Amino acid sequence: MIEFHAVSKRYPGGKEALRGVSFRLGHGEMAFLTGHSGAGKSTLLKLIACLERPTAGQVLVDGLNVGRLPRRRIPQLRRRIGVVFQDHRLLADRTVFDNVALPLHVAGHRGPEVGRRVRAALDQVGLLGKERAYPVTLSGGEQQRVGIARAVVNRPPLLLADEPTGNLDPELSREIMALFARFNQVGVTVLIATHDIALVEAMGRRRLVLREGRLVEGAAEAA
Amino acid sequence: MAARGERAAGAAPAGRPRRLRLRAWLAEHRDAAAGSLRRLAREPLSSLMTLAVIGIALALPAGLHVLLANAQAVTGGWRGEARISLFLERGVDPARARALRRELAARPGVRAVELVTPEQALAEFRRLSGFGEALDALDENPLPATLVVTPAASDPEALVALAARLRALPEVEAAQLDLEWVRRLHAILALARRGVAVVAALLAAAVLLVVGNTIRLEIQNRREEIVVAKLIGATDGFIRRPFLYSGLWHGLLGAALAWLLVEGALALLAGPAARLAELYASAWRPAGLGAAASLALLAGGAALGLAGAWLAVARHLREIEPA
Repeated sequence: MIEFHAVSKRYPGGKEALRGVSFRLGHGEMAFLTGHSGAGKSTLLKLIACLERPTAGQVLVDGLNVGRLPRRRIPQLRRRIGVVFQDHRLLADRTVFDNVALPLHVAGHRGPEVGRRVRAALDQVGLLGKERAYPVTLSGGEQQRVGIARAVVNRPPLLLADEPTGNLDPELSREIMALFARFNQVGVTVLIATHDIALVEAMGRRRLVLREGRLVEGAAEAA
Repeated sequence: MAARGERAAGAAPAGRPRRLRLRAWLAEHRDAAAGSLRRLAREPLSSLMTLAVIGIALALPAGLHVLLANAQAVTGGWRGEARISLFLERGVDPARARALRRELAARPGVRAVELVTPEQALAEFRRLSGFGEALDALDENPLPATLVVTPAASDPEALVALAARLRALPEVEAAQLDLEWVRRLHAILALARRGVAVVAALLAAAVLLVVGNTIRLEIQNRREEIVVAKLIGATDGFIRRPFLYSGLWHGLLGAALAWLLVEGALALLAGPAARLAELYASAWRPAGLGAAASLALLAGGAALGLAGAWLAVARHLREIEPA
């Protein structure tokens, strides 16, 4: 699903975020990306979603060379990747329903199918009764789950999460991680960046460890 | 992957029949158009102020156009129809004047000749000038007989030559060619037309900038939404569309407001203008914008709004990228 071949990323300021990173994540695999803040976790995820382009090396997502993807084809890539953010990035002026429906509208879906799929996604994250609520009226954990519902509503084959439990207590964090594991069980490839080592160890999944831009652990374990 | 098959069937546009794709495309446009209109209605006061600026900017050239069209309609009776007035010597008797009229009417280059006797001239003067009593004080009619020649030709040089020939007739004391006046009037109207065009161009640029700025602010206000939409795979077209429709609505509604302003102003002026026309015994009545000009106003407003929005969108949407 994801292949990195000797990928480096240097930002315009000269900061080298990734140095020669190579790994492969198979279809239907679930892995954690860990490391200290500033180790390059976010940069690695951004390269996958084509939010940044690599300075050197190749990033392949489902066989697609993301680094060389023409601008106009980026939307097609992003529709196949669900992304969950630490700050969940929900739109405050829209209801939960409208937030979750956004990826469907963007992909050109209309009509009753939208409602069905939004409710299915909300049901999966346990928020079926909250579709008329506005994000600010929800707790942090609920907001994050709305963010997850939005990421999966389009049934993307790949799910990325950047510190999805960063602002949550351990109990809620475990719930959120269990949710990701459930999506993985139905075939979705999942890659989660987190610095919550205890949680990662409890999950017992593959770990990719970054240190100062280098992949120091987990590169060889191809699924 | 099970999820992929379904996604491909539902979302990939290439996989759908053309009719369905067209329908989806139309639905997207309808949604964007309706959404932009709702957004406009959500803040009625600020929308109304922007629309008023656009409306007034469009009403000015539209109003001037109407004014000019009416001026042309009023002066249209004189267009190209130069007349040569031959004032006859005082000693020419009525029989000779009538004979001269026939002679002149038979000449090539003359379409018609009308004789105005001193009595007719006096009666008309009395009627139109209001100096009736003053005229009564005169012992005799001071007005000469006049032959009003309508030339067949309309080009100025031929008219000047004809006037010169007629002036040379022994019975004619003076010949007055009112061509100069017609020429000047036409020159003034041409100048006014050019002036209206310049004003229209300037105000069109103003509308472009007003809409552009409005859309720029709208883009700034919806920055977060744009970032999220780009993150979840919105195409540039999808993101651009509501802003372009917003510009279109601003232009179209502004033009509709301009239409109301112009027609309203004309309605206010219609009464006094009709009375003035009556006093001049003219059948002219002020005309409104008319169907063609109204349509042009609305289409022009919409086009300007769309163009202004396009300028803003081209400049500012690219700058907003998720990071």
